[in-house]
Amino acid sequence: MTPDEIFQDRIDRGIKIEPKDYMPEGYRKTLIRQISQHAHSEIVGQLPEGNWITRAPSLRRKAILLAKVQDEAGHGLYLYSAAETLGVSRDQMIADLHSGKAKYSSIFNYPTLTWADIGAIGWLVDGAAIINQIALCRCSYGPYARAMVRICKEESFHQRQGYEILLTLCRGTKEQKAMAQDALNRWWWPSLMMFGPHDSESPHAEQSTKWKIKIVSNDGLRQKFVDQTVPQGEYLGLTFPDPKLKWNAVRGHYDFGEIDWQEFKNVIQGNGPCNRDRLRARIEAHEQGAWVREAAMAYAKKHENKAAA
Amino acid sequence: MNEWPLWEVFIRGQHGLAHQHAGSLHAPDAETALNNARDVYTRRNEGVSIWVVKSSDITASSPSEKGPLFEPAASKPYRHPTFYEVPDEVKHL
Repeated sequence: MTPDEIFQDRIDRGIKIEPKDYMPEGYRKTLIRQISQHAHSEIVGQLPEGNWITRAPSLRRKAILLAKVQDEAGHGLYLYSAAETLGVSRDQMIADLHSGKAKYSSIFNYPTLTWADIGAIGWLVDGAAIINQIALCRCSYGPYARAMVRICKEESFHQRQGYEILLTLCRGTKEQKAMAQDALNRWWWPSLMMFGPHDSESPHAEQSTKWKIKIVSNDGLRQKFVDQTVPQGEYLGLTFPDPKLKWNAVRGHYDFGEIDWQEFKNVIQGNGPCNRDRLRARIEAHEQGAWVREAAMAYAKKHENKAAA
Repeated sequence: MNEWPLWEVFIRGQHGLAHQHAGSLHAPDAETALNNARDVYTRRNEGVSIWVVKSSDITASSPSEKGPLFEPAASKPYRHPTFYEVPDEVKHL
């Protein structure tokens, strides 16, 4: 057997691939792209929610939101570390994000206009992320799978706190309920887009599935998300902005309308409502923190020299 | 650019258990690595003790040596108690 055949056989038998093991160049490259994109999403994902930390409606909500945003930072760090085991440096990944070469989830290019958006992000965006991530816990690359297990454990609170925010608003005044409805109207379709293009349009799907980097198809995950989310929204007494959304007893699933793929492409290509803002904020934070990183390194070197002397 | 060195983080989950590898992180020195490990890997009471080790200081066995290193043990089942036949009547053995 060739090294590639031995590799594939290992994957077929469900044995995890670890950093120093042989892997085809395509496997390494695909994983670096996917894991770094995932890491960037966690980091950029702090921005829309960070926007509301100072304006959270109570101390309880503020403490929760701070903890959640801190988790996103942690998740970004777990994922950067997992990607680094494939031989790419942290600096390189960050440079690729800042130059626009590397992508992050398009959902974070939408603005958080009201407090209800924080609820909608937790419920829908984290809900969609969890569905994707639970599948990835079984992916063939050990460090990625282990990071996913950790992230899934922590992320469940994110979704529940979001739902709780919306539940509180929906049980409040008419205006508060309208605010929740408005958030659902704006976040529903972008959340469905998070699962990516249709399987038939997804260029790397077949190879990624064979390598067990992709475990469930985009459309399969999207359907699962719709099926579990619609009853939750009905419990809130909200309506989904999709006239075609309807339970299909024959299929045993909800039918739903077609995504506006033109909007999806636009946002990915950098023309969403907040793309420029998000990237500017990341670059500014990185550049303004440069002197801190340098000073810390200089301090460490000075003390190392002293210890050696 | 001058990247901060990589550190491996080991956490003792509870008293009485051994430290286990939790993940890695970048930090300029050991003290900062320890502080960062606390923030990144123990936000939910995951540990009672942390070790940080510079990744470059770890010597690891290579996957290509897996055969010569670990296969010899596979042919020595007599190292396990179940290898030996003892009559059922004999107790506490």
